[in-house]
Amino acid sequence: MARRLTLTGNDAAAEAMRQIDPDVVTCFPITPQTELMHKFAEFVADGDVKAEMVLVESEHSAMSAAVGAASAGARVMTATSANGLALMWEIVYIAASNRLPIVMPVVNRALSGPINIHCDHSDTMGCRDTGWIQLYSENAQEVYDNVLQGILIAENPEVLLPVMVTFDGFIISHTVEVLDALDDKDARDWVGDYKSTYSLLNTDEPATFGPLDLQDYYFEHKRQQIEGMNNATGVIKSVGEAYGKLSGRAYGMTENYMTDDADYVVVALGSTCGTAKVVVDEMRAEGKRVGLLKIRSFRPFPHAEILAGLASAKAVGVLDRSVSFGAPGGPVHKEILAALSGTGDATVVNYLYGLGGRDISLDHIRTVFEELETLAGKTIPADEVRFIGLRG
Amino acid sequence: MPAPKQLAERKELLAGGHRACAGCLPMTAMRQMLLTAGKDTVVGCATGCVEVVTTIYPYTAWRTPFIHNAFENSAATISGAEAAYVSLRKQGKIDKKINFVAMGGDGGTYDIGLQALSGAMERGHNMLYICYDNQAYMNTGIQRSGGTPKGTATSTTPAGKVIPGKTQFPKPLTEIMIAHDIPFVAQATPGYPKDFSDKVEKALAIDGPAFINVLTPCTRGWRFPPEQSMEYARLAVKTCFWPLYEVEYGVIKINRKPKEKLPVSKWFEGQGRFRHLFKEANKGIIDEIQAEVDRKWELLLKREELTQA
Repeated sequence: MARRLTLTGNDAAAEAMRQIDPDVVTCFPITPQTELMHKFAEFVADGDVKAEMVLVESEHSAMSAAVGAASAGARVMTATSANGLALMWEIVYIAASNRLPIVMPVVNRALSGPINIHCDHSDTMGCRDTGWIQLYSENAQEVYDNVLQGILIAENPEVLLPVMVTFDGFIISHTVEVLDALDDKDARDWVGDYKSTYSLLNTDEPATFGPLDLQDYYFEHKRQQIEGMNNATGVIKSVGEAYGKLSGRAYGMTENYMTDDADYVVVALGSTCGTAKVVVDEMRAEGKRVGLLKIRSFRPFPHAEILAGLASAKAVGVLDRSVSFGAPGGPVHKEILAALSGTGDATVVNYLYGLGGRDISLDHIRTVFEELETLAGKTIPADEVRFIGLRG
Repeated sequence: MPAPKQLAERKELLAGGHRACAGCLPMTAMRQMLLTAGKDTVVGCATGCVEVVTTIYPYTAWRTPFIHNAFENSAATISGAEAAYVSLRKQGKIDKKINFVAMGGDGGTYDIGLQALSGAMERGHNMLYICYDNQAYMNTGIQRSGGTPKGTATSTTPAGKVIPGKTQFPKPLTEIMIAHDIPFVAQATPGYPKDFSDKVEKALAIDGPAFINVLTPCTRGWRFPPEQSMEYARLAVKTCFWPLYEVEYGVIKINRKPKEKLPVSKWFEGQGRFRHLFKEANKGIIDEIQAEVDRKWELLLKREELTQA
């Protein structure tokens, strides 16, 4: 039985965490993640969950304690944003390398400096190569669903990698939406019990975690990690399908929204996809063949779905909400270009938007589609970036 | 409290064949700690000599569970493992009593790991933190740390023509940990094995966080022949540079009061890192250090009297 709830994105993540009831949750406050952990702390204080909450003195220790707890065989979660993610960066990489299935909501916020508390994707895009699976969420419903799916993806023995469930700061984290949640029993059965293969607490069969790994083995271990990430693609899809059967909401690597016959496609992640869908609907009603390719899983990168979604496109507008300084275009743009390499002659245009929480409107996205119509067939240099909603 | 002979009869939990230098007292401290703590002990260690010499994949010297995470987060890592234990125990998924020991060198403790250590102690995890203090960043090549004594020649504070080694006194880490008001804080050294072992046992028996600062001479960094490690550990105590004491719930007990307090120069002699201090031009530095050792020792005696009253 589904329950219809009215929650912010932060509360939706906390609700999923209540139902998962991890063994250990580590936490350090940072805006806009704070209210997620406030809510979870209330569950702990009221005895609604059994989780041991470790209220650490920094994000670096939040991830460090998460690594310690996960190595001890616990199901572990934490959450952060922006500078917090940056501070824990070193250990973010170690968590993935040690193959620890930690699930972490990341409420997207611009990295300092200058300091800013609002949304862009510089934080999670910056750690796209840390070895974490990254699921981007369009709204509170997806936040909730992705957190629940993240547990199964991370803990799958063929994957064993940590998962970031990202959602846009304030736009999703602080906006109240209506969503459907599983009832507690279904959610509990869905995540099941976690049993790790190795545990620090198994003193009868002691194991060494995090050893020094030099020229003669490090490379092989990295190869295994690459395999784990490659395996994640199939697991994300099968978990998404199974979740669809349970909840009525199936998930894949991407959501290809009206792309099948689309001449012009916008590629985006996160809450902007909700805005873009409205524009696609409006323009479809006007007879324009436009579509949206929403990337849900940025890591692993949805190569096949991108090719399928852009097969008919004459021009593609890639919306990046973070900068890759000195590189030809933003991180999403570069990867779309790489995916399309050698496949045809779609014109790919890079748009940089929304840094530091700058709003993106229906009109902005409509303008992108209109511009794509004029640019189709033209060759755009890879390092040409167009700005949306920027003064001057 | 077991006698050293009894400890020696216990099963060795640190395998031989690891890659520590001959005369490495940090490794002696590890052995003594493990013999006392026993096999049901989860050990975490910061990046540093001990981690490096014991865990080169695919080998490990640890016959207990062991985790290395990074340089600055040994305390945070073990606090997470301990929280997992508390959670799983509450849920009835594990029953046995397990000790949690986090460790780091002086670099990983006085400096880069101080925040994580302070946080873990404040949160009250049931864990013991051991700082194996060899008074510099030995693993990376003998650079000065916050625990390096004044006057020491290190790779980053060489005894130069103008600057004669490290110019600052070390950070009083043990006192910083006492100020955390945790149940148990102590100073020890493997040069006095029974004293150290007793402290480990006491720390693990106490419910709550404990901290032991263990002075562990380093033959490479201190520049003395490897067979003299134990002697230099004891001289640090005999000169009162490194008093053996413990603080249990705020009450200070000095474990060893030298009948004849040796001058600190007796500890410096023969250590290459202090050689330059014996030059005429630098004599004042030894006097200055001696005055500071005297001041702190007198203060410790008074604090013992005060807290025991």
